Amino acid sequence: MSGSTSRRSYGVKGAPYGFLLPATVLFALFFALPIGYAVWLSFRKVRVSGLGLGSGARKEVWAGFENYTGAFRDSELLHGALRVLGYGCIVVPVMLGLALLFALMLDSEKARLAPFTRLAIFLPYAIPGVVAALLWGFLYLPDVSPFYFVLDKLGLPQPDLLDGGPLYLALSNIAVWGGTGFNMIVIYTSLRSIPAEVYEAAELDGATPLQVALRIKIPMVAPSLVLTFFFSIIATLQVFNEPTTLKPLTNSVNTTWSPLMKVYQDAFGRNDIYSAAAEATLIAVVTLLLSFGFLRAANRRNKQEATG
Amino acid sequence: MPHTKRRRLVTTALAVSLGATALAACGSGDGTEAESGPVSLTYWTWTPGMDKVVDLWNKGPGKKDRITVTVKKQASGDTLITKILTAHKAKKAPDLVQAEYQALPTLVSNDALADISDEVDDAKDKFAEGVWQQTTLGTDAVYAVPQDIGPMMFYYREDLFRQYGLKVPTTWEQFAETARRLKQKAPDKDLTTFSAGDSGLFAGLAQQAGAKWWTTSGDKWKVGIDDAATRKVADFWGGLVKEGVIDNQPMYTPSWNKALNTGKQIAWVSAVWAPGTLTTAAPDTEGKWAMAPLPQWSADQDVTGSWGGSSTAVTTDSAHKEAAAEFAAWLNTDHDALNALAKEGGIYPASTSAQLSGAFSNPPAYFSHQADFYTKAAGIAKTTAPSAWGPNVNVAYTSFKDAFGPAAKNKSDFTAALRKVQDDTVADMEKQGFEVAR
Repeated sequence: MSGSTSRRSYGVKGAPYGFLLPATVLFALFFALPIGYAVWLSFRKVRVSGLGLGSGARKEVWAGFENYTGAFRDSELLHGALRVLGYGCIVVPVMLGLALLFALMLDSEKARLAPFTRLAIFLPYAIPGVVAALLWGFLYLPDVSPFYFVLDKLGLPQPDLLDGGPLYLALSNIAVWGGTGFNMIVIYTSLRSIPAEVYEAAELDGATPLQVALRIKIPMVAPSLVLTFFFSIIATLQVFNEPTTLKPLTNSVNTTWSPLMKVYQDAFGRNDIYSAAAEATLIAVVTLLLSFGFLRAANRRNKQEATG
Repeated sequence: MPHTKRRRLVTTALAVSLGATALAACGSGDGTEAESGPVSLTYWTWTPGMDKVVDLWNKGPGKKDRITVTVKKQASGDTLITKILTAHKAKKAPDLVQAEYQALPTLVSNDALADISDEVDDAKDKFAEGVWQQTTLGTDAVYAVPQDIGPMMFYYREDLFRQYGLKVPTTWEQFAETARRLKQKAPDKDLTTFSAGDSGLFAGLAQQAGAKWWTTSGDKWKVGIDDAATRKVADFWGGLVKEGVIDNQPMYTPSWNKALNTGKQIAWVSAVWAPGTLTTAAPDTEGKWAMAPLPQWSADQDVTGSWGGSSTAVTTDSAHKEAAAEFAAWLNTDHDALNALAKEGGIYPASTSAQLSGAFSNPPAYFSHQADFYTKAAGIAKTTAPSAWGPNVNVAYTSFKDAFGPAAKNKSDFTAALRKVQDDTVADMEKQGFEVAR
């Protein structure tokens, strides 16, 4: 009798750990371990002796922080980061602004054909990034683009979209086109969950639809805005598909245009996985700092608003 | 909270299944068996139709010697090099791999390729000396058997050359003159383009001019990307771009296809495999092109460079190196095998005897009017200048794209871009610890 009680109590005590076990094992195997290995690699390097031909000429040795100092000193990584910053300054505000605008318009009582419009705006999100970039790449190339054909016929100037400043617009356009729908759905969903009483109260107070939008809807969907902003920052830091796909079409995108392209190039173009691991670790740390920094700032504001 | 948890679980489950596939994929690359008895080999290649060629082996000589080869189709070029090196790290590289000539030093430097000189030395006289030398890296070892080559040639629109009264250039000076004359007669047309995206093309042009990008002396490498011959080539093309008599946009884009197809660009410096590319890029102009030898740097010369070409190598991870070498030699020297390779894979064989027989007795369909296409090609192939590859061609090629892209775009100094390629390449070698002579 006592044996069975003790076994039962043991079972109850152990149960949470039992339930945790699969997730913990999977987390360790497929998340912690690969990351740990990448960090380990980032402290290693290859040492070649002599001509480097034949067996034993190439050894993996401890590198200390050499790969990290190398990454900091590599101006290309910094330039890539600055290019992505410029790109993000266009993408994030435009995409979220449009997403919010569309969500508010769809939510307004006067909206017609709302389900169809919602789907139409969302649809580009379902198109794989590489396909979207290829599609837009064709539209940007003067010789094959129907837009340039029309501009030519109308006698209007034909800007080179794959060069200089317009290149940023061209790249941002692909991201905005693909991402607006997703963010709109997130914001729209939280707009739908605002209780009807709030609107009734606003109506009784004589608020115009614009006032309702600015004073009620936007503040109430602020958490969704924070969330979409957060996702957008991460997506921007990880931009890879669009510039990589456009690269063969133009002389203006180099192999290290964005930091992730640099990582890819080092790992698979130059076969230097050690530097690539160090750069990847750096990018991960920066992403973490930026996103958590932002979340913290957003939370603090929310708390202030709640108390104040 | 429960929501996030569930999603995380789904993600992990997905990761597990993906991981399992990856593991399975890794495992299947292993084709080693016991020493005695039948041997089975794995072969990584990107040549289309290779499985049909290998079938000939498995049903013929392979059946007799009990050596079975299995083809695993791969992506071409640098992607495969990375994959081989990764597999080699785990000691699981396949027995046989296809590798471009310029990648051989990289693979050898990583100790991924076995020396098969004892097994394949008999095949040596089936190939031109310059081609064979690329598989030895100037040592006594032999690291691969040549498969296909890409001797460079000059392709031009015969009809448009006649229309504009242009003569086929035999020297580069005439080439520049032709470009200028075309610009005068038809300002909206270009003779050709300088493509900053094709390092291999530039390397071939430099090779023709006599450049030796990597050489060794004693225990040291010497990098000569910035040598006089290459500077001459860079200056020449940079000058044409700056003058505006040729285009500066990359090749292999939809725009480029259209330019070839509509006659906006009327010539192409390319290699023996060009008919295949033209068939897809410029289908409307079939029968209007002709092939001629590459223009020369001086009128009394007769040399060409090479753009592309690959070999079959045996890896150090193979448990049956002898059997693998036997297959590699058969594949690239046997008459039936080469015939099938030409038919199924569309390759231009490195083996000199195969360049004029079987599939190559008739011109390619796209050039059906130029009856002596392959006779001419075989003659040109003989004039291929020796090449000199080093252990980090990949770095030089990437650096070329990044340095020459802006230079072509801004029509600025090509020699400055060339210096950057040289510096990047040397810096990378020194970083890895190679001894580099300054």
